[in-house]
Amino acid sequence: MKAALQQRLPLLTTAGIFVLLFVAAGMLYPRFFSERVFVNLFISQSVLGIVAVGMTLVIFSGGIDLSVGAVVGFISIFMATLVMKENVPPVLAAVLAVGLGALFGAMMGAIIHVFRQPPFLITLAGMFLARGAAFWISTEATPIDHPLYDKLSGYLLMLNPKLGLPVSALALLAVMAGGYVVAHHTRFGRNLLAIGGSEQSALLMGLPVGAVKVGVYALCSAGAAFAGVVNTVYMGSGNPAFGAGMELDAIAAVVVGGTLLAGGRGHMLGTVCGLLILGTINTAISFNGSLSPAWSRIVVGVLLLSFILLQRLLIRGVRGRQR
Amino acid sequence: MSAARLSGWRHSPAVWPLAGLVLLALLNVAHDGSLAFFRITVENGHFYGFLIDILNHGAITMLLALGMTLVIATGGIDLSVGSVMAIAGAVAAMLIQDGSGWAAAAAALAAGLGCGVANGVMVAWARVQPIVATLVLMVAGRGIAQLVTGDNVVLIQSKDFDFLGNGFVLMLPFSIVLVAGFYLATWAGLRKTAAGLFVEAAGDNETASRFAGLATARVKGCAYAFCGLCAAVAGLVVVSNVSSADPFKTGEYKELDAIFAVVVGGTALTGGRFSLLGSIIGALLLQTLQTTMYNLGVPPDIAPVPKALLILTVCLLQSDKTRRWAAGRWRRKAAA
Repeated sequence: MKAALQQRLPLLTTAGIFVLLFVAAGMLYPRFFSERVFVNLFISQSVLGIVAVGMTLVIFSGGIDLSVGAVVGFISIFMATLVMKENVPPVLAAVLAVGLGALFGAMMGAIIHVFRQPPFLITLAGMFLARGAAFWISTEATPIDHPLYDKLSGYLLMLNPKLGLPVSALALLAVMAGGYVVAHHTRFGRNLLAIGGSEQSALLMGLPVGAVKVGVYALCSAGAAFAGVVNTVYMGSGNPAFGAGMELDAIAAVVVGGTLLAGGRGHMLGTVCGLLILGTINTAISFNGSLSPAWSRIVVGVLLLSFILLQRLLIRGVRGRQR
Repeated sequence: MSAARLSGWRHSPAVWPLAGLVLLALLNVAHDGSLAFFRITVENGHFYGFLIDILNHGAITMLLALGMTLVIATGGIDLSVGSVMAIAGAVAAMLIQDGSGWAAAAAALAAGLGCGVANGVMVAWARVQPIVATLVLMVAGRGIAQLVTGDNVVLIQSKDFDFLGNGFVLMLPFSIVLVAGFYLATWAGLRKTAAGLFVEAAGDNETASRFAGLATARVKGCAYAFCGLCAAVAGLVVVSNVSSADPFKTGEYKELDAIFAVVVGGTALTGGRFSLLGSIIGALLLQTLQTTMYNLGVPPDIAPVPKALLILTVCLLQSDKTRRWAAGRWRRKAAA
């Protein structure tokens, strides 16, 4: 019982911090405490959230993917160009986009696994590649004007007469649910955590290390590509510069969510809480109005720091007991 | 005997980046149809030419790469150098508004050193993974720089300070002389004393070094502090060069350039042996690629693509798998 509690401690801490932050913001700004603000958290974080789910899986395996922000930018302009200039139906374009993302990720994963390269370096090259390719397609934002897009961006799933969920938030919820199932209720998810814990042991146990590693980078890039597609719906345009720095926010959400950056331990629900924490900080700062947006970066940095130190204490505690 | 010398030559860390430099130079010559790439002229009493340009604009990456080499040699990494550049630039720009250039520069260097020490404490004493520890400052550092300048881009008008990024010494841009001085001082400090050995030992096998009586934590801490200082100097050069401090753009993506320069230069990310000269050549390779892109008329927005291809090529060439394969071919040929 106690061990189970300790294993869940990072997750519980994250959830606790989110509740604390939300309540504190609600006490500071009276209008903060509403369903609308809570729902808006999901809407404003939808693109980042989809990216963060994929990032969580990669970090489970002990890797990292720095290319996700650039992939979002590339896919957003790729979609816009296909739909507006080549007259490809949006659904087909979206399928192409996600497929292209998966292929890109699989290639990075293959290089990382076969040539034993540090993930951080290869995905960094992937980031340059995707960002450069995005500007190659077009250096300027392209607005998308298509009946299906109008329908999608106008759609709201009404929760009550005054409040509705747009397509981007629905996509985020669907990806989160899918990510949760993949991470914690499939063999693939177990394999990821095993590889992150110790790649050598995973190999000796006969787990398909190569396939899982290639697969997780493919999945993460496909997720980022899907986020790029969602972004075109959310913004109504494609922009090659979009998603700059998003990889950092995604990593921050994952780490604040209590997932170990070294891999092997973590929880998808933690990432959801981490995402909500980032969203709450940004919303609170915009509610204040007089605070510089710079504070959001600093607060996120301090949160990251405190979580990392907390994790160190936890690991030390577990190791101490084993002895 | 000749085989031994040959293999020694092939294992030198500077071979691949040097080969890359030669290739890029040839590409320029082929494109221009003349030797304009190598021509150095004297105008207004200063040297001018592509090569001088590459050295001058590569100064920032070279400075960062020097500090990064030490950090990577201890088995770590510093992702925060870009943000530290922004902080140093912002501090200098704000202080210079109502003070002397020297005081502002000193304060900026102190700020950079402080950031480096903070990283060092996190990694060496709190024993946090280097990627994570420096990620914190990378994220928060931009925010700090924004706070320092009040979210503005600050313009700088100071003759003293302008010299750092735009001055000339011995007919050469000052930044080149500065880098040369930094390189020589670092090289002498590490290779002419035991310090370099300490860094390599701490990076190669930390536990063994500690049992051998080496204060590994102190060595690591100093490496990060030095890296912070280098980043601050680089930040000052950039800010002085463009006469303004932009908390958002100063040093953006520079951490990646620096890490890449070090890795290309033959210092493995796993730590241990390092090569300062290799890192300098790696930085020059990056800058030459950039200048070549401009020369060939490639739009700057697309420039990341060749950079990425270069990174991938170098990584694959340097991987053990490729080396073993190449070594196998080599031996088979020698036997036949």
